[in-house]
Amino acid sequence: MTAIDGERPKRRGVPLIDGIEKVTGRARYTADLDHANALVGRIFRSPVSHGEIRRLDVTKARELDGVIAVVTGADCPHSYGVLPVAMNEYPLARERVRYRGEPVAAVAAIDAATAQRALDLIEFEVRELPAYYSSAAARADDAVLLHSDKLGNVEREVHHTFGDVAAGFGAADLVREFRISCAEVNHAQIEPHAVLAAFDPATQHLTVQSVTQVGYYLQLMLGRCLNMDLSRIRVIKPFVGGGFGARVEVLNFEIIAALLARAAAGTVVMQLTREENFLTHRARPQTDVMLKLGMRRNGQITACACEVVQRGGAYAGYGIITILYAGALLQGIYAVPALKYDGYRIYANLPPCGAMRGHGSVDVRHAFECALDRMARELGLDPFAVRRVNLLHAPTVTMNGLMVNSCGLSECLDRVEQASNWRARIGRLPPGKGLGIACSHYVSGAAKPIHWTGEPHAAVNLKVDFDGGITAFTGAADIGQGSSTMVAIAVSETLGVSLDRVRVVAGDSAITPKDNGAYSSRITFMVGNAAIDAARHLKAILVEAAARKLEAKPEDIECVGEQFSVGSGSQASLPFADVVKAALVGGGVINVKGTFTCPPEAQGGKHRGGAVGSTMGFSYAAQVVEVTVDEATGAIAVDRVWSALDCGHAINPLAVEGQIQGSVWMGMGQALSEETRYLDGLPAHASLLEYRVPTIAESPPIDVQIVESHDPNGPFGAKEASEGALAGFPPALVNAVANAIGIDFDELPVTPDRVVQALVERRRRVRVGALQRQAP
Amino acid sequence: MTYPEPASRKRLLRVKLNGRWREDAVAENQLLVDYLREVAGLTGTKTGCDGGECGACTVLADSEPVPSCLTLALRCEGRSIETIEGLTMQGQLHPLQRTFHEKLGTQCGFCTPGMIMAAEALLRRNSRPSEEDIKAALSGNLCRCTGYVKIIESVQAAAEMTP
Repeated sequence: MTAIDGERPKRRGVPLIDGIEKVTGRARYTADLDHANALVGRIFRSPVSHGEIRRLDVTKARELDGVIAVVTGADCPHSYGVLPVAMNEYPLARERVRYRGEPVAAVAAIDAATAQRALDLIEFEVRELPAYYSSAAARADDAVLLHSDKLGNVEREVHHTFGDVAAGFGAADLVREFRISCAEVNHAQIEPHAVLAAFDPATQHLTVQSVTQVGYYLQLMLGRCLNMDLSRIRVIKPFVGGGFGARVEVLNFEIIAALLARAAAGTVVMQLTREENFLTHRARPQTDVMLKLGMRRNGQITACACEVVQRGGAYAGYGIITILYAGALLQGIYAVPALKYDGYRIYANLPPCGAMRGHGSVDVRHAFECALDRMARELGLDPFAVRRVNLLHAPTVTMNGLMVNSCGLSECLDRVEQASNWRARIGRLPPGKGLGIACSHYVSGAAKPIHWTGEPHAAVNLKVDFDGGITAFTGAADIGQGSSTMVAIAVSETLGVSLDRVRVVAGDSAITPKDNGAYSSRITFMVGNAAIDAARHLKAILVEAAARKLEAKPEDIECVGEQFSVGSGSQASLPFADVVKAALVGGGVINVKGTFTCPPEAQGGKHRGGAVGSTMGFSYAAQVVEVTVDEATGAIAVDRVWSALDCGHAINPLAVEGQIQGSVWMGMGQALSEETRYLDGLPAHASLLEYRVPTIAESPPIDVQIVESHDPNGPFGAKEASEGALAGFPPALVNAVANAIGIDFDELPVTPDRVVQALVERRRRVRVGALQRQAP
Repeated sequence: MTYPEPASRKRLLRVKLNGRWREDAVAENQLLVDYLREVAGLTGTKTGCDGGECGACTVLADSEPVPSCLTLALRCEGRSIETIEGLTMQGQLHPLQRTFHEKLGTQCGFCTPGMIMAAEALLRRNSRPSEEDIKAALSGNLCRCTGYVKIIESVQAAAEMTP
């Protein structure tokens, strides 16, 4: 099932086609674009967490020399948001502010110093309202509502039941319930947010260049908030310095810069500080998980009940999707015969949460994989055995309607078991050392897009002209994950031409076809399939032309190594350039389009919210983590990680390896040190010194095994590779720590403080126990 | 409310930038990173934080790695400053640029210029660094994409390329 294609040698992959620009410093990110003559935009932010706006006076700011424009909520009465059903946010607050740092007004001035002085001149009075910084406080009976239509400050409740849950628990030999809580984390992509917005008053055209992962959504929201015809807006994505979900919805500063550019009738550059990046947020929410599992003696799961509470922050964002994902992705990895899910997405007076790598799945997967280990231990089962006995077997459809067409998780388990030498080492490690295992999965793009238009899920255009160069046009946002390289490989392999004949133009709404964006790991699967489709169309045209020239039938033409020939071993052959010339005769430049659409049967169950979690292909991952716990300091060192991921087929093995290592490592940050902390709504973490992402010094070697299950619908059999491995790290780590020191941690991150506290409590318990035994 | 005059008094800065001497009028409070990006037009050096947090702005001053976001431009008077743009000689990639490209030591690329400059400083003083040496030298440079595995491989491979 998982062997690499027999006829192909083991492929190492290729460097990124835009890599040389990055290593030479030539790559232009948004902040690098020429803005010498642009105005500088700055945002005035709410100093309070919750309140009614009593007075906002920008007169003095407007009168300051060098200030060209000031905008407030009065300049934009149109709400925005990523979900058509939950657009409850304004780019600049109107009537009420709901979190500390929420944009209230903005200025465009001749330079940064003037803009900053103008902000100091803004007069702002608020009648403060009670503010809530935890889900429990926001849900209290007497809590003031953040949004009057959402009772109990619950943005969305989800209640799903599949199968006979009571009977499932009744049939179990062991039923256990766990309460696990995970801190809020942030993407912390290294490139800070930036945007360059240019409004031309003569033509009434707006051009916005931004750090976006979703240029199409940005164009939609700019049209909505500026009340402009979409055809007058151009959105360009320059090089983007990482995303991880930070930019998968339109962000307030992007719209604010455009409002300023129009008000100033000019160009506005806006570069957010790192602190403002943390205020903009949109990352993984603080989450409380209650997980109850029923298990037979052999480890087989009989039922699962799960309650998830996410503290979503002040506005909707992706919240509804996140709380639905958390329930939906309890399935699709193991056979769970009965499942009850209750999810609550809560509003609180904190920066809005959103999507972050592994969207919705990470915290519930963490709880699930910790629970599996703890129950297996109680039943005397091996951690690998408890997972193997529950594996799904593809093809299948889960109880909640998720299609599983390929699954290489069994081989992932085998690979990490061997690579880590688990059998020989488990139980024989020196004190303080431990091994842990966990599995995870993720979608290869949502099978049902957020904006349902009836269009294909992806489209790619190809152009060939007299020079023999092939240009691929795609709206897919390359944010460092290598999607443009993937498109080039898909085209070159399908056509049988060399990779450097293919040029990729990406992310410019004036030139490239619409694309939904870089999120939910959709690009390889959807855009890859569209690229192959386009290349096949092009190939048909070229083969036709070659056949005419060679006086043969098209079906007899083969194209290998840029040579078109009649059958293999034939003498008659034409080089690629000659075939292109022949194909251009009569019609000239060749433009073809390829598309990809997920069929309705892939789009999930019929229940409310059933589309979320549905995908054409799940990636699967297993990983073993080895730790050393220092009982004196509580410090956990990750010595090594062995990770295996089933990505269907590795279109670019080098990039797949890089994505797996990066996602595993990002999971490590969440497991060990990353946590946003607020003091009365004030971020106490808003720098890269306080928000602790792992440095190179504490980062372990990450061994990668690529498993190829050849998905029937994936491009060349491929599935996603960028997100699936993340969710496995935190539980593998917690399981490894339990193996090392015999303590189960219920909270993420597992900081040295928490370890020390747990060790002290255990020592105290042991002492008290000994005293009690001594007592007569 | 009154404000002091903006600190726009300028002084002449004489600096050897990527091997070529140049003179510019520079504000007393201008940071090296802003001088490089806005005056010299060398945007390869990045700003990733609010000051001294991430290492993306690392450049070499007399072969020593410095965070250009915490360095006043005028403090570089008479010194040799090297940026990522200066590593490419006559169009040829520097060994570190080549290995970061070929071994995928760069993904989104934003930390890459600073990372490469910090690695270059290491290789100049230690041409055969151990893995621990590499980790120590790059521990002030954050990367959010790679998990650092391929960055270490890239630096090791570049070290092997140098005789």
